Amino acid sequence: MREFDYERAHDVTGAVALLGADPDARYLGGGTNLVDLMKSGVERPARLVDVRELPLDRVEFTRNDGLRIGATVTNSDLAAHPDVRRHYPALTQAVLAGASGQLRNMATVGGNLLQRTRCGYFTDLAKPCNKRVPGSGCPAVEGEHHNHAILGASAHCVATHPSDMAVALTAFDAVISYETADGPGKLPLAEFYLPVGDTPHLETALPPGALITGVTLPAAPVAARSRYRKVRERASYAFAIGSIAAALDVHDGVVREVRLAFGAVASRPWRARAAERALTGGPASAEAFAAAADAELEAARTLPHNGYKVPLMRNLVVAMLTELTEEAAR
Amino acid sequence: MAPTTSSATTSTSSTITLHVNGEKYTLPVDHRTTLLDALRERLDLTGTKKGCDQGQCGACTVLLDGRRAVSCLQLAVAAEGREITTIEGVADGERLHPVQQAFLDLDGYQCGYCTPGQICSALAVIEEHAAGWPSAVTADVRPEAGVPQLTPEEIRERMSGNLCRCGAYVSIVQAVARAAQSSDTRSSDTRSSETKEAAA
Amino acid sequence: MTGTTTTTTTTATTAATATFGAVGAAHTRVEGVAKVTGAARYAGEVPYPELAHGWLVLSTVARGRIRAVESAPVLAMPGVVAVLHHENAPRLNGDYTNAFGVPDPIAQIFQHDRVPFVGWPVALVVAETPEQAREAAEALVVEYDEEPHDVVFAAGLPGVYAPESAPAAQKGDLEVELAASAVVVDAEYSTPEEHHNPMEPHAAIARWDGGRLEVVDSNQGSRFVADELAKLFSLDPQSVRVRSEHVGGGFGSKGTRPHSVAAAMAATVLQRPVRVVLTRRQMFSLVGYRSPTAQRVRLGADADGRLRAFDHRAECLTSTVYEFVERAAEFGRAMYDSDAHYSQTRVVPLDVPTPSWMRAPGEAPGSFALESALDELAEKCGLDPIALRARNEPAVGPVSGLPFSGRNLLACFEEGASRFGWADRDPRPGVRREGRWLLGTGTAASTFPVLSAPSTAAVTAEPDGTFTVRITASDIGTGARTALTLIAADALEVAPERIRMRIADSDFGFAMIAGGSMGTRSWAWAIRVAADELRERLALGGGIPPEGITARSDTSQAVGALEQKERHSFGAQFAEVAVDVTSGEVRVRRMLGIFAAGRIVNPLTARGQFVGGMVWGLSMALHEEAHRDRASGGHVGADLAGYHFSAHADVPDIEADWVDDPDPGDPVGIKGIGEIGVVGAAAAIANAVWHATGVRHRNLPIRPDRVLLAGAGGDRDA
Repeated sequence: MREFDYERAHDVTGAVALLGADPDARYLGGGTNLVDLMKSGVERPARLVDVRELPLDRVEFTRNDGLRIGATVTNSDLAAHPDVRRHYPALTQAVLAGASGQLRNMATVGGNLLQRTRCGYFTDLAKPCNKRVPGSGCPAVEGEHHNHAILGASAHCVATHPSDMAVALTAFDAVISYETADGPGKLPLAEFYLPVGDTPHLETALPPGALITGVTLPAAPVAARSRYRKVRERASYAFAIGSIAAALDVHDGVVREVRLAFGAVASRPWRARAAERALTGGPASAEAFAAAADAELEAARTLPHNGYKVPLMRNLVVAMLTELTEEAAR
Repeated sequence: MAPTTSSATTSTSSTITLHVNGEKYTLPVDHRTTLLDALRERLDLTGTKKGCDQGQCGACTVLLDGRRAVSCLQLAVAAEGREITTIEGVADGERLHPVQQAFLDLDGYQCGYCTPGQICSALAVIEEHAAGWPSAVTADVRPEAGVPQLTPEEIRERMSGNLCRCGAYVSIVQAVARAAQSSDTRSSDTRSSETKEAAA
Repeated sequence: MTGTTTTTTTTATTAATATFGAVGAAHTRVEGVAKVTGAARYAGEVPYPELAHGWLVLSTVARGRIRAVESAPVLAMPGVVAVLHHENAPRLNGDYTNAFGVPDPIAQIFQHDRVPFVGWPVALVVAETPEQAREAAEALVVEYDEEPHDVVFAAGLPGVYAPESAPAAQKGDLEVELAASAVVVDAEYSTPEEHHNPMEPHAAIARWDGGRLEVVDSNQGSRFVADELAKLFSLDPQSVRVRSEHVGGGFGSKGTRPHSVAAAMAATVLQRPVRVVLTRRQMFSLVGYRSPTAQRVRLGADADGRLRAFDHRAECLTSTVYEFVERAAEFGRAMYDSDAHYSQTRVVPLDVPTPSWMRAPGEAPGSFALESALDELAEKCGLDPIALRARNEPAVGPVSGLPFSGRNLLACFEEGASRFGWADRDPRPGVRREGRWLLGTGTAASTFPVLSAPSTAAVTAEPDGTFTVRITASDIGTGARTALTLIAADALEVAPERIRMRIADSDFGFAMIAGGSMGTRSWAWAIRVAADELRERLALGGGIPPEGITARSDTSQAVGALEQKERHSFGAQFAEVAVDVTSGEVRVRRMLGIFAAGRIVNPLTARGQFVGGMVWGLSMALHEEAHRDRASGGHVGADLAGYHFSAHADVPDIEADWVDDPDPGDPVGIKGIGEIGVVGAAAAIANAVWHATGVRHRNLPIRPDRVLLAGAGGDRDA
């Protein structure tokens, strides 16, 4: 880890000013990802601006406006918040499925959105990686990739986005608020993560120097009937190999509204819009759920060792929507 | 006050004050120093263990402002101003905390290296449960569903951020369950003795 | 858990015979308070003034030569005091043997420019602070002349050979018996590369003090490490002292490893205390691991299940610099009778680190294959798996013809079956469902060799009525310190509170390492002999002088005189699993292990050893697997997020118990309990997964992707 300057910010304007246009400076939130990457040498900032104490630690809910989450709200506080549990249960479940109690106490919402992939090539400086060193190659394509992406990847990078929380946020049409020296801005989560293409090192659409200040989830009654499920290689404290956030509104056996998002299958949390389109207005049946999953997964491009993710996600879609349908019938 | 304003400060180091187990320690730190290394290398509080230095094992768990955290990913300079509790601050003098006593009595450890982290985590698990926090195995997370019982399954999930390679999990879970029960008992004892005092 | 006692000190006036019988009663760990309060200091935690910090730099290529170590820019970095590498490091003596023969050259660091694998030590950077050392080590540029490498293990590679160190066992005519068999199982199994990953990374602090090299080290045998350091540095053995008061797990990985050699080397060059601690990632190439295995088992039986042919062949890998054989094929040599027997492990050298002993070496992967094959044979014969094992129970060693010192395998199955509820089991696979989960149960046998090694001990009667025991034993979490305290107490007929157990100091003399499930048995023997002699001397009467009265023992002759027998522990493992074939998730719902493993000294800690071993078996069955990258030759995900072992949530309420089984060949009746819990546990789980789903999983770990793709139903293989 190289030596670095450390400054603690006390307000948003001050934080943005402290970071300035310095490409070697980083905002420090909970540090659970950044400090780890600094230890492994993937990140080598010359300056840290500590934003953990900024007054962005509130969660507010109104029926009309939905949920506003401050960027420095910890994962723990977000998951435990009564309004989140009541109106967006999948978000609580997603957050609780991630990491550990210790890490959730430290990690912040803003930092969670900006966390980097856990691909073993990305985190090992001795190996090539297009995301870390553009143009150096992606050894995962020919190498170890049994937990790599099947959707939205490219030959240049097949890494997945590791967040559970962001999967639920994606399903609920989250909008990111940020602050820059030129003033505030907003980005829908759907546009926040950039397509991989041949530039896997460019990960988000945030302007340089921007500080995430919060996330807004529009009011969505369907979100109250939502769930998150995560499959992983041990029962807890592991990244997903496939996960799903789903919300479903069924009336008289017909799907009125559905939200579906996948985790651990793409470079970003993956909103399954093709599946949603296929389902909306149609029957809430296992056949329809499977057909919708197939519609979404038609775009999947598998490698020799990650093909299982296609049936995995298909099965998760069917199981999850079946559960939600049965729940609605009770 | 931002540490950078301190007189003994260079651009890459600061003199900071850490509040650990009720004591104040003022020390210069390289900004790269983690809280874990500050505790172990600078304050000689070696009870907090370094198992992976990457937030992947939980051996370095401490309480920060009463909440559990992995000290290996916490920069010391960023911990200034926060209340830090380490394993050395858990017992009441010679008297073991009920969680420590349960680990001892039920053999909730083997090599002992993950133990301080397990114990600090267990303290927080009991608090988090008492505060009504759900977990990933809580069937219904909606507040209307109420607080889940602290079953072995709930304890296992909540303790999963603390790896134990000796495989002492079974007895650790028993120890946490026993300590959680005794903390229930203790708080009701406290209430009843307060009542007695009030009556007297 | 019942019957636990605490270590609350009773008064020294307690009648000496009041607690006679400490062995067999539950006793909390004598170092327990130190461990739960954080007071117990491990190797890297002893403060010394002027301590410098060493950070190892490892090779990034899998084969080749070091062309240049560009140390000059690094020496100019803040705080850096030295960069040691093959061009400037002191010469070590590599021409020696240790108690296990010629050692793995991994300890002979910085002696030449050859690189035999990714992760070979190429330099040590020493600096004033750990932060400076780390940054400088990362900045050090090492250039290599790279050569093509080969790191991919598979069955039947061209270079595979039959090692002299692990000869085949053979009896009868295998092919004839196979041809005459009514039922034949012929199946291939594989197990992956597995790593010990003790929670405490290897650490050592070395310094010169009064003409002696003093090392505080994390190891499994301080005398072994001291002797090896003395040989490496050409020092008088008496001028090296190694201590390891508390050790945060070992599992076979903590011998003389580059961390202690590097610390000693730097302390010698710099003449100041130097600490070297391995990072988690470095542990993946420097401290050994379990080789992957490819195994084939052929069993031929009569229709009633009686074995005619037993054939177990295994292949494993080693490095190009040292031969280590994961003797997986030997597991069955003492297990089942058959008319013909063949078993052999072969090995292939690759450009990878040398594997080493890892908890139940050979037995762990070997039992997975053989005990799975037995289950397959039971299915084909329409027999209960326990009945099949009973049918093939041998009267004498199936290969050796030697008598057993005791064989209580069937007693374990009987007790286990009754407690697990085995009699109610419907043998049909794939017929139990609970929601999305398919349920199944499985069983397997375990065994582990019982061996003793010569050790020395000293027992001192102190004037204050207490006793001090000195022995270079090692407590890596096994509870040995407490067990030995109880053994000494009984031998001296005093309360355990009057025993001061001092261990893990090479100055106490030669003693067995904590390994091979032999530690406590070997140490207890030495303590028992010394204590017996001391009691005889005390019985003569007379006062105790201020320096006390000391009796010493050396068990070399007694151990050497042990009669040749088949000496083993045995066990029966049971598991119940739930499998969701739509997601691939497998959850173990309960496990039970019943063991015949000698006299149980301390039920409280012994249970932990058995259950801990079973957790290892669970972890092996479902989680553990290191991934090696063909292109670079190194690991991918060499950390605890990339290398999964079981977490709390994976481990159900596991029960372990034992049948009465004192070993007549040991003065205390001990057999050894550190490893047998692992053996057979993975097979019991795999057999339960078959019972749940109808699919045989012959490749570990039983990962979600494998379960998902294999699905359920029919007689399917995965």
